[in-house]
Amino acid sequence: MLGSKRYARYLRGMASKPRTLYEKIFDAHVIERRDDGTCLIFIDRHLVHEVTSPQAFEALRMKGRTVRHPELTLAVPDHNLPTTARLDADGKRIPIADKESRDQLAALERNAPEFGVRYFNETSAQQGIVHVVGPEQGFSLPGTTIVCGDSHTACHGGLGAWAFGIGTSEVEHVLATQTLLLRPSKTMEVRVDGELGLGITAKDLIMHIIGVVGTAGGTGHVIEYRGKAFEDMSVESRLTVCNMSIEAGARGGLIAPDETTFAYIKGRPLAPQAEEWDDAVAYWKTLYTDPDAKFDRSVVINAADVEPSVTWGTSPEDVVPIGGTVPAPESYDDPSKQDAARASLEYMGLTPGTRMQDVEVQNIFIGSCTNSRIEDLRAAAEVLRGRRKADNVKWAIVVPGSGLVKMQAEAEGLDKVFTDAGLEWREPGCSACLGMNPDKVPSGERSASTSNRNFVGRQGPGARTHLVSPAMAAAAAVTGRLTDVRELTREPA
Amino acid sequence: MEKVQTVEGRAIPFGRKNVDTDLIIPARWLKTTSREGLGAGAFESVRANDPDNVFDSEEFSGAPILVAGDNFGCGSSREHAAWAMLDLGIRAVIAPSFSDIFAGNAFKNGILTVALPQAQVDRLLEVAKTDPITIDLDAQTVTTPFQDRFTFEIDPFRKHCLIEGLDEVGLTLTRDDAISRYENRLSADKPWLVRGTAAAA
Repeated sequence: MLGSKRYARYLRGMASKPRTLYEKIFDAHVIERRDDGTCLIFIDRHLVHEVTSPQAFEALRMKGRTVRHPELTLAVPDHNLPTTARLDADGKRIPIADKESRDQLAALERNAPEFGVRYFNETSAQQGIVHVVGPEQGFSLPGTTIVCGDSHTACHGGLGAWAFGIGTSEVEHVLATQTLLLRPSKTMEVRVDGELGLGITAKDLIMHIIGVVGTAGGTGHVIEYRGKAFEDMSVESRLTVCNMSIEAGARGGLIAPDETTFAYIKGRPLAPQAEEWDDAVAYWKTLYTDPDAKFDRSVVINAADVEPSVTWGTSPEDVVPIGGTVPAPESYDDPSKQDAARASLEYMGLTPGTRMQDVEVQNIFIGSCTNSRIEDLRAAAEVLRGRRKADNVKWAIVVPGSGLVKMQAEAEGLDKVFTDAGLEWREPGCSACLGMNPDKVPSGERSASTSNRNFVGRQGPGARTHLVSPAMAAAAAVTGRLTDVRELTREPA
Repeated sequence: MEKVQTVEGRAIPFGRKNVDTDLIIPARWLKTTSREGLGAGAFESVRANDPDNVFDSEEFSGAPILVAGDNFGCGSSREHAAWAMLDLGIRAVIAPSFSDIFAGNAFKNGILTVALPQAQVDRLLEVAKTDPITIDLDAQTVTTPFQDRFTFEIDPFRKHCLIEGLDEVGLTLTRDDAISRYENRLSADKPWLVRGTAAAA
């Protein structure tokens, strides 16, 4: 460990050196810095769901350990839950048919109270996808360290938090110690110059970024998204951007908090209240990258280059604009990327040169931690209002990110827009994002999906996923094929 | 955690790039509350689509090493991927690069992740078809019966934990005083931050 004098000197040195936002948050959470460079980091917020936690709680039990700060952990089921009705006509909870799912969900419902952790069950309005619930409840805050046994935890970076996914052993470590042992990551700036075009969403932008950076481009880095495009965004859109940082290989991604952020947080149930609010905001206003701070890597994107994005292959980096075509494997320089493209095309049942807009889809999924917030549902409903899904679309579901999002959408009549258009309106959960609950895409069929991964088998064995924004998924529902949503929303000339 | 010194034996040549954790263990296997038995679902889609796949081959059964392509273990944070590989008997993975989360999960389960340049990985993929490979953690080398000798980097803290078989939670709990000091300072400076779920009470 550094001696206290050396540490004080180190702190003074730090105060004068220009730092990035991530470095400021990191430094504020260092409990101890070991001589080998590993740091013991304090974790402010921990989100827990049913899939990656049972083995961690079991390990605590076996070793006779307790949860150090139960009040800094919030548990909610999401991955495994069916999204069909949860209460019967008498208001009783409907048991989950699949035994393994039922047992895993029961384990969380048992573990949370046993260890003193706050838990929202599947019938509560606060239940939802962890990454929707955290911000919505005011549990996720700027400048905090936030972890969850889920790789999309970077999502909370949209509030200016350093948030990242962890494995189950780390879940156990956080529960027992409220800390993690980490080395500082490298810093990466993704700067977007200019303004996004009309009808271009946060999802289109982050998919475009992943296409440029590649799925391993951010490995070892924390990304800070910078530029007017992000400053102009709502918090919901920022959460969408940061959510997919892991698809660029970065464990964390964040956007500096600003007045938009503070307005979003104010008044939420677990947010700072009353006179403490001003103290919190005063601190949050110090959370920005200093003008002269250096990033280890910088990527610059021109906002004008971003079109509605769609994936053609089985990696999130396989992105083309909707006006584009399926690429030929030979178009890649790297031989191993050529092989990967060939395998992707075979799995996806696509031939090079096919126009993306000619690709028919049989399934539509609007939901997931990437795109299930109220703004996403509004964007989809806007396109679907007064329209019907195409006949070749066999299965189309809309899955709100939380019970509160669901209530808000219903208050605005969005549920009616969806059901009138022939889409199903579901209960909150991860749903068809990951082929673990009953919502799956049949083998050999295609989906236009607002989720985050198009991996082989991700939405079910043999399922062929095309990632898109909520508005684009809605457009695909209407035409039965991948479609440039601007064709449906443009005013007639 | 079991102590790790050397890993030697046959190596499964699986040179694919961007192997994601959904490929290592699909989501339907994640409904378990245990760490055991996940080998049955490991690389399920590879096994289902290719009858001659390396994972079902008699020759590589129980092989302790996997040799793979760039960006191994990308995607989901599921530690089940590491547990599934352990269940297959895999104790080390050699690849040009690893996703951060997978590398951490592997380490926590005593699986060595050895990053080597693509050309050396290509050589090992060749050797693996017929001969064993040896990884010496202490010396930080990978060797073959053909006098190949490649050195690799590893985080000194991780190396120490692996060689000593240390329990990281136990190790951190010995730092209780330092953690308490930090917590006390935090409660004094930012009382609004430490209320957590108790804030609404």
